[in-house]
Amino acid sequence: MTPLPCLPRGRFARLIQVDGDRGFRRRLLEMGLLPGTQVRLLRYSDVHDLVEIVVRGCHLTLRGAEAGQIMVEPEAA
Amino acid sequence: MDASKKGSSPALPLVVVAGNPNTGKTTLFNKLTGQRLKVGNYPGITIDRHLGKIKLTKSGDIELADVPGAYSLAARSEEEQIALLASCGSGGYPVPDVVLVVVDATQLTRNLYLVVQLLELGRPVVVALNMVDRLHAPEERINAEAMEKALGVPVVPISAKDGQGTDQLLLTIDRVLQDPTSAICESRWKPNETLARDVEAVRLALPEDWHCGDDRRSQAVALWALLSVDDDDELKGIPDNVRECVAARRELAAKESRDIDEEIVRGRFDWIDRVAPTFLQEFKQTKSTRSERLDSLLLNPWTGFPLFLLAMGVLFQSLFSWADPGIGAVETAFGWLGGKVGEWLPEGFFRDLITEGIIAGVGSVVVFLPQILLLFLFVTIMEASGYMARVAFLMDRIMRLMGLNGKAFVPMLSGFACAIPAIMATRTMERRRDRLVTMMVVPLMTCSARLPVYTLIIATLFPANMYFGMPVQGLLMVFMYVFSTVIALAAAAVLSRTLLKGPSVPLLMELPPYRMPDLRTVLRETWEKGRVFLTEAGTVILVCTIGLWLLLSFPKDAELDAPFDERRAVAEQTLTGEAQSETLAVIDQEQAASHLRNSYAGQMGRSVEPALRPLGFDWKIGVGLIGAFAAREVFVSTMGLVYGVGADVDEGSSSLRDRIRNESHKSGEKVYTPLVGMSLMIFFALACQCMATIAVVRRETDSWFWPLFMFGYMTALAWGASFLTYQGGLLLGFE
Repeated sequence: MTPLPCLPRGRFARLIQVDGDRGFRRRLLEMGLLPGTQVRLLRYSDVHDLVEIVVRGCHLTLRGAEAGQIMVEPEAA
Repeated sequence: MDASKKGSSPALPLVVVAGNPNTGKTTLFNKLTGQRLKVGNYPGITIDRHLGKIKLTKSGDIELADVPGAYSLAARSEEEQIALLASCGSGGYPVPDVVLVVVDATQLTRNLYLVVQLLELGRPVVVALNMVDRLHAPEERINAEAMEKALGVPVVPISAKDGQGTDQLLLTIDRVLQDPTSAICESRWKPNETLARDVEAVRLALPEDWHCGDDRRSQAVALWALLSVDDDDELKGIPDNVRECVAARRELAAKESRDIDEEIVRGRFDWIDRVAPTFLQEFKQTKSTRSERLDSLLLNPWTGFPLFLLAMGVLFQSLFSWADPGIGAVETAFGWLGGKVGEWLPEGFFRDLITEGIIAGVGSVVVFLPQILLLFLFVTIMEASGYMARVAFLMDRIMRLMGLNGKAFVPMLSGFACAIPAIMATRTMERRRDRLVTMMVVPLMTCSARLPVYTLIIATLFPANMYFGMPVQGLLMVFMYVFSTVIALAAAAVLSRTLLKGPSVPLLMELPPYRMPDLRTVLRETWEKGRVFLTEAGTVILVCTIGLWLLLSFPKDAELDAPFDERRAVAEQTLTGEAQSETLAVIDQEQAASHLRNSYAGQMGRSVEPALRPLGFDWKIGVGLIGAFAAREVFVSTMGLVYGVGADVDEGSSSLRDRIRNESHKSGEKVYTPLVGMSLMIFFALACQCMATIAVVRRETDSWFWPLFMFGYMTALAWGASFLTYQGGLLLGFE
């Protein structure tokens, strides 16, 4: 289990749990980031400040600090 | 036609159009309503509300209204709350007869999350399945018939952009209006037993007018309250007992280590994932999409920033050069009109009011239109194509250092053209705090109304020679731009750490697929925003210009005119030819100057002089500053009046420049030195001299505090900085 931003670029993973502020967590859940969902890390902006992920075919971007509260289990490459 | 049926007729069937952001909702709305689209505002807050009327075969005239784009009905703010209120018809919104929901076929499961919530509300729902023609691969298919069966409501595949399927969509809406039960879903998800108890408890706490005795609706609203109500939400009109009940249920759940949010969201998504395979054949994507390939260029730090700067360069260049012919045409047209009307009307107060007050006033508003339309055109294209989200992605880090949102970049940039559209462009930010910080600093950016003032001062008071191989005048202009940008960013950094301090809100932003914007939708939105500028800012500028003209022209005192008339009579008798006309012209100028000195504006200028002395300004500059409150560029024509060279001067007028250069105090010292010029430019850079901006901020924030605060802090900043410039300059021995 690792924090989401620690995934290598392009890697698929399963979501384990989401922590953090209730409002933000709810928005993540409502965008389909439920535990068990497959996510893929697509891109980092400079110095890992923002990450871009793909969930349910939708491209989302969040800040590294908050993405760090999302724990994932990397899938076999 | 029956006259009593004219105007607003509440009896018309109402169809509301909901959908996630970036699903082509606006494009479909435009396609359906054609020319009969109106844009209004939601009461109290400033989210554009589209309205339109269409005619159906069986149901006759119906009304269409849009619901703000949202991923979910759950809300934290008053703005987000509208999605629920407008979809179910409560809190003063009319109850819709049909909820039309636009879903993006390429991101179906996420879009269905909103659809499920709308189904829960129990109103008839019609699903418009948009962009079916753009599924990722030919292998990916959506079976609309099976989807209809699974959801229990009509599903119509459409392509909003080229209008495919819209006829079928209208037929379906018509049919549902005739037979509403055919579009009410029965087979939806059900909360599990423990969650159902929470829902029931909240349901019983709801006030009567929220559920109107409808069980389905009260359950749906109870679910909404469980998800949305929080200690620190900004929702409006939630009764205390509902708040208490939600808090109690959540506390209880926490004790049992349950998570209500996750249970609700999971319940919905589980249902979606269970029914989706019956109509959706998903194709496991292996190749990267076109958007992903574009992003690897546009979001890459090495190529993304240069391309972004290039795009901004084009935008900037176009604002100043492409708009020029338009600006020139407007100026010529209003000049011509003023001249013609002046010829037709008899001399006197009425003619002056029309030509110098009204026509000149309208002209000073319309002259901004070319730049503003161009700016809005770019912003709309950036939004519709999906590039705006990438800009926020690229700029987020820099903007965040200043306490700003990544989305604040475009409004800030727009501020270089005009603060009014820039302030309206802050609507793309979701959070009130982010909008406020941006609105408070945007008027500091060097807007185009400051340019004539800078040009006049620089060209008059600073030498045209070179300094280290660079032109002094050009360097000064660049300095003013850099100065304003630095101050605006610094002000944002200070405001966001003090008055507008708030928890930094986590960023969660969709990067939608790139799309070619629909030309008609883009043009219509551009024009719509331009129209709002004309009506909102235009009326304020117009009123101020007329008011200013009155202040400058009155009171007309016959006693003061007498000595001039005498001198004129003497000159006419004693002098002839050229000498006579020269003397007469001098007398005219002196009379105008005396008028001004005794006018209300002149009196105001003299009364504020003590406050302006330490900045190096005299009362005549004070009059110019008062004039500049209508709009900054009015300073130039006011100075023309002040120095008796006429109001029809521009910043390039050599007679005005000469008068300014030669203007002296009684002691013989020159009024204008380069140091005074610098102090004056600094004052113009920082002062909030724009009534229209204040009016727009007042409207956008729906409060008087923020516009007054903005005015106060900017004026204080301007005075302080000018004081430091002038007094500091004197101490250092500058002139």
